[in-house]
Parts: sequence; C-alpha cells; structure tokens
Amino acid sequence: MNTNTTRFDRRQILKAASGLGLVALGTSMVPSMAFAAWNKAAFEAKGMSDTYNALGAGSPSNSNDIQIVASDIAENGAVVPVTAVSKIPNTEQISILVEKNPSALAALFDLTADVVPEITTRIKMGQTSNVTVLVKAGGKYYTATKEIKVTLGGCGG
Amino acid sequence: MANPMKIRATNKDGITEIKILMNHEMETGQRKDASGNLIPAWFINEVNVDLNGKSVLKAEWGPSVSKNPYMAFKVKGGKAGDKVVCTWTDNKGDKRTDEATVS
Amino acid sequence: MRAPHIKASLFVVIALAFSVSSQAQQDSTSAGIEAYREALQDGNPADLYVDSGAEIWKKKAGPKEASLEKCDLGLGPGKVKGAYAQLPRYFKDTNKVQDLESRLLTCMEKLQGVDTTEIVKAAFSSPKKADLVALSAYISAESKGMKVKVSLAHPKERQMYDLGRRLFYYEAGPYDFACATCHGQDGKRIRLQDLPYIPSAEGAAKGWTTWPAYRVSSGQMWSMQWRINDCFRQQRFPEPIYASDVTVAISSFMAGNSNGSVMQTPGIKR
Repeated sequence: MNTNTTRFDRRQILKAASGLGLVALGTSMVPSMAFAAWNKAAFEAKGMSDTYNALGAGSPSNSNDIQIVASDIAENGAVVPVTAVSKIPNTEQISILVEKNPSALAALFDLTADVVPEITTRIKMGQTSNVTVLVKAGGKYYTATKEIKVTLGGCGG
Repeated sequence: MANPMKIRATNKDGITEIKILMNHEMETGQRKDASGNLIPAWFINEVNVDLNGKSVLKAEWGPSVSKNPYMAFKVKGGKAGDKVVCTWTDNKGDKRTDEATVS
Repeated sequence: MRAPHIKASLFVVIALAFSVSSQAQQDSTSAGIEAYREALQDGNPADLYVDSGAEIWKKKAGPKEASLEKCDLGLGPGKVKGAYAQLPRYFKDTNKVQDLESRLLTCMEKLQGVDTTEIVKAAFSSPKKADLVALSAYISAESKGMKVKVSLAHPKERQMYDLGRRLFYYEAGPYDFACATCHGQDGKRIRLQDLPYIPSAEGAAKGWTTWPAYRVSSGQMWSMQWRINDCFRQQRFPEPIYASDVTVAISSFMAGNSNGSVMQTPGIKR
C-alpha cells in the first residue's frame, strides 16, 4: 500500500476532493500525502531480488537508455559520487542500488515530470561492487549496472 | 534543531539546477564505538524539494547515502528569483528546512 | 654463443611487454582516481564548516565577551580576505612567525581573554578544537583563487623557513623517518596516493594549496595543523604541540616553496 506510486495518486484524490469542498473534513479523512511512509521493507531487504520485490519492480529489464556516470575507481568507499541518467521517456523514479552493501538499496528519487531525469548523489560502498540504477518509467522497471572498484588509499593525501 | 544545509540554485537556458549539501552524520548502525557497542543508525530518510511552492522531487534514503549528503538535479523551467525549499526528516524524527533563491 | 644472446633479448622484450601493459593499467587506474577526485569537487562538505567558521568569527566569546572581528591575520585588524594566502608570516606584536592557527590562538587570548591552554592540549577531534577547525575552513576559503604570497624577507621568516627545511630532512622516531622519506623524491606513491615532492614548487603547492580539507574517509574537516600532526603520527614521531614553532616551521617551508601558486582551499580529500 505504501509504495511510491500511490503518492501522486493521493495528490490527485486530494485535488478532486478540494474541488468538491471535501478538504475541510480534515487530513484524517484523506491519507497523509505529505510523505508516504518510508519504504522500510525495501531499505532493509538484503539482496537485489529481495529489494526489487519490496519495490514492486519484479524482474526489471536491462536498458541501454540508462547511463551510470561514475568513476571506475573510488578512492574511498565512504563517498562515491554517482550520477544516474535516464533517457527513457516518462521516467518517474530513479533508484540506486549497491549489490554488495548490507542492504542493496541506497537511495530512491521520485521525480515529477518537470525534473530532468538525472540525479547526482554520493553513496557509501562497503567494497568493490556492482552499482545498479533502477528506473521506473511508464509503470515499468529498467536497470543498468556498472562495477565500481573501491580501493584502500595510502595515508592521508 | 538540526544543522543548516547549503542550497545552491541557478537558472541557465531555461533549466534550473539545484544543488543541495546537507549536514548529517548518516550513521549506518553498523559501526561500533570504543567500548564495542553498536552506534545506532541515524540517517536522513526522507527529502522533499519544492520549487515555487510545488514539490518537484521527493527522495527516500537509507544509511548508505554518504555522510553530509549531496544531491544535484535539474528542473525544466524556473527563473531567477524563484524559491527553492528543501526539507529533510531523519529516522529519529528530526527535521530541517532551508530555502534559497534561484540566481 | 648466440643462443644466450637471443634468450636475453627475448627476455627483455617480454619484460618490456609486461611493463607496458602494467603501465597502461597503472595509467587507467590513475585516470580513474583523477576522475573520482574531480567528481568530489562539486559539493564539498567543507563548505558547511566554512559557514560555521564565518559565524564563529563574529560570535562574542570569552571573559571579554568579544568576537574575533578585530583579529589581525597579517593584513590589518579584521581583514580576512586574502590573509590565508600570506601566512605564515612575522607579526610585530608577538615578535614571531605565526601560521593561521597560532595567530587565532593569539587573537582568542588577546581579544577574547580566553585561556587557550586546554584548547592547545585537546585532541583535534574534540569539541575544544572544533572552533579552530571551522575558522581554518572559513579563513582559508577567503583566500581561494588567490596566489600564495608568503614573505621570507624578515630574518625571522627566513629562519623559520630554514628550520622547516632542516626538519623536513630530520630523521627521528623509532623508524628513522623524516618528512623526506615519503616526500623527498619525485614520482613516489603509497598504494594509490601520489606523494608530492615537497622541496619543489609544484610538489609543495599540491599540499599547501589544498589544505585545510574535508577528508571523506573520516568525514572530518582537517586544518593544516591537524594534517601536520597526523604526518608526525604516521612517522611515529612524538606528538608536536599544537601551533608550536616546529609545526609553523614546516608550514613555512611548504608555503615558501609554494609562492605564486593558487590557493584552492578548502579542499576535499580521500
């Protein structure tokens, strides 16, 4: 019930409800639309397939229209800059997963239609691992994967 | 209250680029302290960004997002003078809202 | 007798082939590291410390309930912009050469009436040093883009620089380490960290213009004093006293060698 797809549906409900003068009934009558509950199941799932299931992504298909812009080597696993770019039309959600992390799902972004479907952030990687970008577009799920090596640095520079 | 974040928003050629640097430990819950006890997980789990009062992006995060999180994205449209408001909530229920004007 | 000759040249060819491919691998590794470092530059958490340092600069503190806004960092009371690029330098009022952190202690004592004894003794990661770290970030940011212009004209400045050079080559501790052990030759590396050759202008600048810096591996903002302290630790030297002449001397040596290069502080590092 608390999947991200329902968030914007609730917004539509509220819009319709306000048109009908039903908003005055108070937010208790309408499910909270400010934040859907944090997807605990997805963030606590361990491996990739469990995470996909928790996200309702099923078995996503690989896509060449997703680009992962990141250095092949991270000097430190604590901060790994990643830019996820989706060229798939109607991209509504972009997620970043790290296969070998204790829980694969690092971050999930819900984008409105006004947002260019590309997001930059920094993730932690416990070790060299495949990094997967999961895109939800037009209700379907797609992925692209890139291996990022994590090295142990020298001393301090 | 939680520490302020840095929001930078610039408009160029009809695209508003928003860059946000947040001040947060993002503790994974896997680390141990000097006595060997696990340091409890403490991390931003929800983020919302509004541009001119309208939500443009929502994010859900786990503790695998780096400490002092950084996020950058672009919005089609917008113009100088527009207001960007970012709110984050963490797993302890702490919250922080900051705003910036698009230059 | 031709056989061994042919064998030898074959061996050389094979050895060359291996070294070329491992060189290629090393180059792509270096390229990867370069790309990683570049990607880090955008959105430096050091900026959070710069903001907090700017606040601390203006905050009234100490028994005298005064801010640091009249602190003279070398360009006159309260002038912060460009000051870091000209430190360390000689100060008439204390009659000694001081780096930024030494000077901040002076101002905390003189302007705010703070007893800095406990601050000097405190660990770098402790709250007592936090203000100094944040101030370092802020004041160094105010010199970003400016050329290093450290004077060696005053006899004490020259003396400090020379002392710094002697210390650089001074072997000590249980391993007979010196700064020069790691930084005294060109083209050296520890694992994947390139070690700048500090006696050269280019090498010194690599270090001097990029610290204070945010270290992603520890999620901490490090001032230059912290960086030097950690080098001493790595050499298994006894711990230097915070802002002591020894530490200022090393900074003078590095800064003096860096003259003319552009400040990029605060930096972001592994």
